[in-house]
Amino acid sequence: MPSGRHATTVDEAVAGADEVGYPCVVKAQVRIGGRGKAGGIKVAENADEARKHAEAILGMDIRGFTVDEVWVEQASEIDAEHYASIILDRGEKKLLAIVTAMGGMEVEEVADRDPQALVRRHLDPGAGMTSEIGGELAQEAGIDEDVRDQVAEMLVKLHDVATAEDATLIEVNPLIVTTDRRVIALDSKVTIDGNALFRHPELAELDESSSDDPQERMAKEKGVTYVKLDGDIGILGNGAGLCMSTLDVVAQAGGRPANFLDAGGGSKADAIVAALEVITSDEKVRAILFNIFGGITRGDEIAKGIIEAVRRIDIDVPLVVRLDGTNSEEGLGLLADADIQNLHLEKTMLGAAKAVVELVEGS
Amino acid sequence: MSIIVGAETKLVVSGLTGREGTFHGLRNRDYGTDLVAGVTPGKGGQDVDGVPVFDTIREAVDERGANTSMVFVPARFAAAAIDEAVGAGVETVIAITEGIPVHDMLKTYWRARDAGVRLIGPNCPGVLSPGKANVGIIPAQFFDKGSIGVVSKSGTLTYQIGNELKQAGLGNSTIVGIGGDPIVGSDFIDVLTLFEADDETELIVMVGEIGGDAEERAAEFIAESVSKPVVGYIAGFTAPEGKQMGHAGAIISGSSGTAQAKKDALEAKGVRVGTSPTEAAQIAGETLAARA
Repeated sequence: MPSGRHATTVDEAVAGADEVGYPCVVKAQVRIGGRGKAGGIKVAENADEARKHAEAILGMDIRGFTVDEVWVEQASEIDAEHYASIILDRGEKKLLAIVTAMGGMEVEEVADRDPQALVRRHLDPGAGMTSEIGGELAQEAGIDEDVRDQVAEMLVKLHDVATAEDATLIEVNPLIVTTDRRVIALDSKVTIDGNALFRHPELAELDESSSDDPQERMAKEKGVTYVKLDGDIGILGNGAGLCMSTLDVVAQAGGRPANFLDAGGGSKADAIVAALEVITSDEKVRAILFNIFGGITRGDEIAKGIIEAVRRIDIDVPLVVRLDGTNSEEGLGLLADADIQNLHLEKTMLGAAKAVVELVEGS
Repeated sequence: MSIIVGAETKLVVSGLTGREGTFHGLRNRDYGTDLVAGVTPGKGGQDVDGVPVFDTIREAVDERGANTSMVFVPARFAAAAIDEAVGAGVETVIAITEGIPVHDMLKTYWRARDAGVRLIGPNCPGVLSPGKANVGIIPAQFFDKGSIGVVSKSGTLTYQIGNELKQAGLGNSTIVGIGGDPIVGSDFIDVLTLFEADDETELIVMVGEIGGDAEERAAEFIAESVSKPVVGYIAGFTAPEGKQMGHAGAIISGSSGTAQAKKDALEAKGVRVGTSPTEAAQIAGETLAARA
């Protein structure tokens, strides 16, 4: 990485630019790709331009993420822009190294325009990436001979980082060659496996699976698996597959789901209360659909959770409940006895989806 | 026959002494599965409701003839438990544990494959052959014995479809939950191969979801190598790009991994795909009836 300065205010950014010298680059620091395209990377020739760019970039929204921080670094005199990545190939169950001399654009674009220009190599899980393999890839990609060794070393480093840090993607784009023949990772994107964060406490601190959304943040705090969508029908299902399927069936019935929420296996009443707190905190939600097919999850526990939630939190939208599977009859009995206002029981998944859509349309 | 688990299964459970391990291990035994041993390091010599516990899987294999291992240990130790089972000489390892780091699974996958051991999962509900054996957490009461093989990335979605089949008077040869992680021991193609060769299976229901390209690969394989009818279902048409939908593997990146792309790939190879679990079950019923 070229040397540079972090800044969270415009004045800091200008001071940083003065320190690293001009021309310099002002870069948005966000945890999502595509910042260059969104206008989050700008070159400044002087302090005025640095100020103008910092003002534009700080506070900017990039694909749902607000830019709170910029990185200011010396602009490199670029001779060539290449691309290198190490990614997890799920199909082959191996790490895959990709190198192309055509950097600076999205790799998918290169794949469309000139698939021959992409050099790919699956890495043997034992051997990994070596400087020999890296050199071969650089050569096959048509990278200038005098910098191939540096590119090879970069590939070895990327692989080392991928395995040491449990990354499923490390992408350097562009990987530049400067006019004085240095190879520099000018921009990069890294995805860390969330399942491995327990052995990377320093990375776990960075992780908030990067959400600016209040419901998603609340869900994370409560340990609820939740994804915000843009509709008005709150969804609660058990199991990721059934929950996704519920979203689809609601959409097919003409509704717009407000969220994905997987209550998980074996949910107890408390988990249901927490889940409902998250769903109802979204003001757009006008009705809520429960789609539960209990395996380990017990219908009576779900029903207790609903009853408890209605008592503890103010739910002023209709609830449609489809409860099937383990102990569903006990659960349905509890719900019927509880005499909850605005509660609609449905027997099937399709029936429940249609009912919730009608309730929203009729309200 | 059925596939992967059956009357010949002799089960050893890694983590049998844990709360979940005890509950599901004994539940599997109650169903009729031959549960021969449990393994928990340091607890050798104890028993769980009469099932002997050993320190190592090797002992369970040597002394009790275990040929199938179920892994129920916490995520950070689970890859090692799979490795141990692979090294101990069992034929099949079924890993229920959720949350195993993918780099651990990269190594473990190849160890199992190189040793010729069939690995199902991780992060899967297990395998049920109705009337014969249940290894895992699939609630057996929603499935009847029959001729439909089911292979699925998702647990509850499988229960939904299984229940609809049961209500239509249909049953299953074997239900295989392959799991929703990025790296799983057996993918659709592995299980389709087994169903194709299984004389009890007349039709296969394949339940996929967003992420990766396992469904697309399966579509190619079905066209070339599967003579039995296959009915598909894919979950996640409304999933947005870049958001992980519960399962670690269920994420759309760029234009790849979408439900539509998977449905298109399957239909292009002649696989009928239901738009809801209900419709998938209906198509399966119709297809089977038309063959009878």
